[in-house]
Amino acid sequence: MSPTPMNDPENPTLRIQGLTKFFGGLRAVSDFDLTVRRGELAGLIGPNGAGKTTVFNMINGLYYPTGGDILFQGDNTVGMEPFEITRLGIGRTFQNIRLFPNLTVLDNVRIAYHPHAGYGMMDAVLRNKKFDAKERELTERAQDFLAIFKLERIQHELAKNLPYGQQRRVEIARALASTPRLLLLDEPAAGMNPGEIVTLMELIHFIRDQFDLTILLIEHQMRVVMGICEHITVMDFGEVIARGTPKEIQGNVRCIEAYLGKGAAGVA
Amino acid sequence: MDFNAGFLIISVVKITAVLAWIYGLLWVLGHASRAVKAVGVVCAFAVIQLALSVRIGDSAIFNDFDQGLLFQACTMAMVSLGLNLIYGFNGQFSLGQWGFYGIGAYAAADVTYRWTDGDARGLLVLGIGVMLGGLTIWGVGQLLRRYAGMPVLSAFTLYLIGCVAAGAIAVWLGGALNGLLAPLFGTKGAPGPLSSAAALQVVFVLAVLIAGGFAAEVSFLFGLPVLTLGSDYFGIATLGFTIVINTLMVNSDTILPFPEMKGGRGMIGIPKLTTWFWAFLFLVLVIIVMRNLIHSSTGRAITSVREDETAAKAMGIDVAANKLLAFVIGSFFAGIGGGVYAHFIGFLSPGTFDFLVGFNPLIIVVFGGPGSMSGTIAASFGWIFFLEGLLRVILGQMGTEAPTWRFVLYPIALLLLILVRPQGLLGRAEWGFLRAPEVQPRTHDGPRATPVPAGK
Repeated sequence: MSPTPMNDPENPTLRIQGLTKFFGGLRAVSDFDLTVRRGELAGLIGPNGAGKTTVFNMINGLYYPTGGDILFQGDNTVGMEPFEITRLGIGRTFQNIRLFPNLTVLDNVRIAYHPHAGYGMMDAVLRNKKFDAKERELTERAQDFLAIFKLERIQHELAKNLPYGQQRRVEIARALASTPRLLLLDEPAAGMNPGEIVTLMELIHFIRDQFDLTILLIEHQMRVVMGICEHITVMDFGEVIARGTPKEIQGNVRCIEAYLGKGAAGVA
Repeated sequence: MDFNAGFLIISVVKITAVLAWIYGLLWVLGHASRAVKAVGVVCAFAVIQLALSVRIGDSAIFNDFDQGLLFQACTMAMVSLGLNLIYGFNGQFSLGQWGFYGIGAYAAADVTYRWTDGDARGLLVLGIGVMLGGLTIWGVGQLLRRYAGMPVLSAFTLYLIGCVAAGAIAVWLGGALNGLLAPLFGTKGAPGPLSSAAALQVVFVLAVLIAGGFAAEVSFLFGLPVLTLGSDYFGIATLGFTIVINTLMVNSDTILPFPEMKGGRGMIGIPKLTTWFWAFLFLVLVIIVMRNLIHSSTGRAITSVREDETAAKAMGIDVAANKLLAFVIGSFFAGIGGGVYAHFIGFLSPGTFDFLVGFNPLIIVVFGGPGSMSGTIAASFGWIFFLEGLLRVILGQMGTEAPTWRFVLYPIALLLLILVRPQGLLGRAEWGFLRAPEVQPRTHDGPRATPVPAGK
């Protein structure tokens, strides 16, 4: 398990080994393994309560794993604070949108760019030249992110006043502004209509190429998962029950059982 | 019952004038041209100065009573701005602001009181202590950065040991240096250079700043373990803090080694050094620092903690550090306010810093609108002039028992406000200078040049 050079395309961006999480006596995730190669668009699926979001929360540092290792670009992130992990380069969105509701869209994105602001508190209090230059740069970077998502026109709206679909896009823009190498998307298509889903799928492809990202996403909408993921991992009751390309997963009996129940595989 | 309608009208006019003055001050501070800004601030200062000093017959426009209200409103604005940073912007429900206010008042008063007595130890010990304490906190912080994941209580113990050591060194060093300075004070008959009025003015400014620094350092040590609690528990813990500080004040001459503070009898003989110039200067400085901080990346990080802690963490914001930062800066403002207050009133009694009175800044912040600096400043002035000025005097004219009715009338006013405008008088609106700077459109055409997928 030696540290790997991060630019080697053969070495994974994310390697999870034996990840386990107990909530009291409840085994939420057990012995979970996952490898996401650099530049890959990977999917994590499974029925409700399978432990997908728990895995995300452990990658992100919000939960402390009971056991196992999470290697991000060769660094073991277990035990790090969430903000440190984000600064290492793991950005995420949330299943139930977690924007900063009473702040403007622009401020939402600017906050995510805070670790890269480049000026300190004293510069801000004194309002010196460094502050002026860096604050302007920061604002323009944030506006760039908003422009990509066609949100520039609504940058001064409060986040809570936006319609659902736009809130989702602001959240993705905000996650990108935290300048990740690996982006975790937790059910990005939840609550979207078919038209919005098509747009979203194009968008995910686009940001992956534009920002040279590795993306891991959780999704229930099979259209999204099968349409854009290159590699899929299926979880049920905290364990991996299958992994492979979308084609392989579609034909996997255990997956169909997990979603539809025993015996359904024959019928379907 | 003898009701004086003329007085009522004059009082209402005065309150309106003061609020208009605040609006004007903030407007002029926010003016783009530096020349207008400078002239405007001087004018804003001069207007009140004239109102205080010009006498028509034997009564001034702002009589001594109004002057007291004005200074009290200035200190209250500083304390409440600090609380607004902690509660309104950072979202941590704190009742400890009054304790830090008291710490600042007593610390600053002790420095100048001893100085007028020909004793420089107050200034030396506290000044050196605050500096060493600051260095210690910074140094230990740098050291701890290498050991990520150290439990909060272990870190706290390290900080505490460091600060106690710094305090011990300061006491020793201050005592030694005091011996060197003592001859410069001279005697009653032949005052030395350090007894001059100019020296006292310098000491006063230093005392106020040191008081702020001291309050900030105490808040750091107190906030470090306590801020990890959830917001409600944090509120209870800070309430406890205010009560502990109050108890220490009552026993300052017995438990604490400060006989000059005279415990529950109250500290008298503090030199009255706060002039309108100093009160105005410190208020404007606090407003500028607060505004520059809020409208910066640091301020946005502080605000994001209020909005959603989990999301803030996931966006790379160090939530614990930002809570502590807001708490420390807020307490610094409270300490400054305390220092200014002590030197205008000239008498400190533990009763002033009782925890029940400590709800006043909270009421002001809620009244003006949590998260609105303008609201807090306006509410501070309005509150003091209305409650202490108008209501006390008007009710006073209506009989000896009537003033007690203040505490019936103002809860009713509060209740009505909460029912009609739960977001506070100003909500999150800001005036002039305190508004967020306008965001310019982009100048370059970066990622826009690349194809963008069709979207709504």
